[in-house]
Amino acid sequence: MSIKTMFTRLVQAGAAMAISVSAYAQQEIRIGVIYPLTGAAASSGAEMKSALELAADIINNGAKSVPALPFSAGGGVPNLKGAKIKLVFADHQGNPQVGATETERLITQEKVVAIVGAYSSNVTATSSQVAERYKIPYINPESSSASLTQRNFKWFFRTTAHDDLFVHNFFDFFKELEAKKGIKVKKLAAFNENTLWGNETTKLEVKLAGEKGYDLAKAISYPAKGTQLTSEVQLLKAAAPQVVMQSSYLGDAIMAMKTYKELGFSPDMILANNAGFTDTEFIRTLGKDADYVITRDVWALDLAKNNPLIKQVNDLFFERNKINFTGNSSRTFTGLMTLVDAINRAGSTEPEAIRKALTETDIPGQKIIMPWKGIKFDDKGQNIYGSGILVQIIDGKYNTIWPFDLATRDVVWPMPKWDQRK
Amino acid sequence: MSEILIQTLVSGLLIGLIYALVAIGLTMIFGVMDIINFSHGEFLMFGMYSSFWMYSLYALDPMFTLPLTALFLFALGVVIYKLVISKITNAPMVSQIFTTFGLMLLFRGIAQFLWKPDFRTIEKSMVSGSFSLAGIQVGAPQLTAGIGAILVTVGVYLFITKTRLGAALEATAADKEAARLMGIDSQKMFALAWGIGAACAGVAGGLLSTFFPIFPDVGANFILIAFVVVNLGGFGSIVGALIAGILVGVIEVMGGFLLGPQYKLAIVLVLFLAVLMFRPQGLMGKA
Repeated sequence: MSIKTMFTRLVQAGAAMAISVSAYAQQEIRIGVIYPLTGAAASSGAEMKSALELAADIINNGAKSVPALPFSAGGGVPNLKGAKIKLVFADHQGNPQVGATETERLITQEKVVAIVGAYSSNVTATSSQVAERYKIPYINPESSSASLTQRNFKWFFRTTAHDDLFVHNFFDFFKELEAKKGIKVKKLAAFNENTLWGNETTKLEVKLAGEKGYDLAKAISYPAKGTQLTSEVQLLKAAAPQVVMQSSYLGDAIMAMKTYKELGFSPDMILANNAGFTDTEFIRTLGKDADYVITRDVWALDLAKNNPLIKQVNDLFFERNKINFTGNSSRTFTGLMTLVDAINRAGSTEPEAIRKALTETDIPGQKIIMPWKGIKFDDKGQNIYGSGILVQIIDGKYNTIWPFDLATRDVVWPMPKWDQRK
Repeated sequence: MSEILIQTLVSGLLIGLIYALVAIGLTMIFGVMDIINFSHGEFLMFGMYSSFWMYSLYALDPMFTLPLTALFLFALGVVIYKLVISKITNAPMVSQIFTTFGLMLLFRGIAQFLWKPDFRTIEKSMVSGSFSLAGIQVGAPQLTAGIGAILVTVGVYLFITKTRLGAALEATAADKEAARLMGIDSQKMFALAWGIGAACAGVAGGLLSTFFPIFPDVGANFILIAFVVVNLGGFGSIVGALIAGILVGVIEVMGGFLLGPQYKLAIVLVLFLAVLMFRPQGLMGKA
């Protein structure tokens, strides 16, 4: 090693030390994140934790491969003199009580300036109540119960679309199907399980069908834990709808598909509402019989075709965790990015300043990894641009078919009748 | 319209036969020992997993492995009797209820621990698909299951009524003290009842496995109906369980079709309440 290179190395080392010392001197932004890290939903929780860590790492240390992503230059939050994001994790175990007490701990003892959480709708409900009481901004990236943004909370912001919006998406889809593809849908049936989720969906479907002039031939609620769905499918068959809108968990979704086939019930389309139909077991179990079903989803990797950001960020995620983003982890990632965007614009870590900046949020669709028009909150804290996508199963894979401008494959309509399938 | 009604009737009949088979195992154990087996649904679950594993590990069709499943569940029933139930035959009823209830939780826990809570299915059984018979769609797995259920029921009935061992079993059921005085080993008879009871549930599970998803809690979907069937048919009566099983299946499916699926269980349970009120011993039970 020559004297010259040694000198250069020394200077470099010195510079690096100086930078890291100045980093220590910088302010740290403490953000509380509360997720199910143990318990039944722990595997989902772990995925979402990884997504949050990736987002924080990109903001703090930069990521050259995603230049279009806000804050990807690294070096922390610009308007706060490069303050770094510090995530403080809490585990709610899927339990609403634990969620509330842990949120209180994050706020009073960990002194976090904002909270991100909590996946399960019922835990989000209790933990966001605590944040509301302490006047701390609460970002909810992935809970779907519509009631969460009907509480008139001032400190609660939800980036994802909720269950009601997803049902609205079904009817938007019908309308566009007629306008753009010349396929006219008229006669519908609602076929939903009978717990809170299914019943709320049924109510809304009945209402919207009436308002928008569709003929709802039959609305059926069924117990998810039954031994057979024969009478239900018989009633559907007798009603002969073009499209069956269905909300089912995994076991009943599989049973319904088998009963359709057994009784030869072939509507033009089965339009499913996520849950059982997007479980990895669904396709694995039914094989070819799962084909042609359309289901609502929130995210799909094939969306990258229209938004390169999706693939770039997913690649970073894959590199670290050896798994792709899912509808959950992609939304959690987006939630934290939205919060940091607000903190940056606020130029402050004062809760009230962050809240105010959140209400003024206006992020365009190209800057996020979700298939949304963007992020902008209404006065109840709901992102008005949040929406779902529709994917169709073809050859055992989910393909985005709607919104049509994001589609990676043309919709196959109608689904072939059971006796005409290979 | 009438075609749909016949179709519904056929579907109800087929599922009813499965209910009957599950209930026969339950009624047998109760008839002989006066113990209500809350873990009966889990025997059904083990029957399903037994078929599933032999299918997925050794590619053996559930139809061929049915005798093996029956044998395995028979052994399991006897072992459970020897290890657990024999200790509580004279215990108060509450203890017996808690014991079998505990077994139910244990069995579900074991299944979840060993095989994960995932849903599994047998995709390609030799009996799959459906065929049309004079305009009526009949699912091949359901039809096979129905026929299987009839055969097993008849077999158990013949065993009880036509063989010496069966007679001994029935004698124990009628009066275990008197039977003992006649030289019948009641312990052996109890073990036999548990073996046959578990085997019936196991066979039902094996038959179901070709068209029903398999998961650790699957027993819960069937056990409530099995209790209704046992009660309706009369505790301890095999013929009663068969008739009641078919009745419940048909009423459930037909009632669901005619009055609305949201009422299908309610209709069955109203019938159940009516039987309890007006004929508490059940259709075929002795007062």
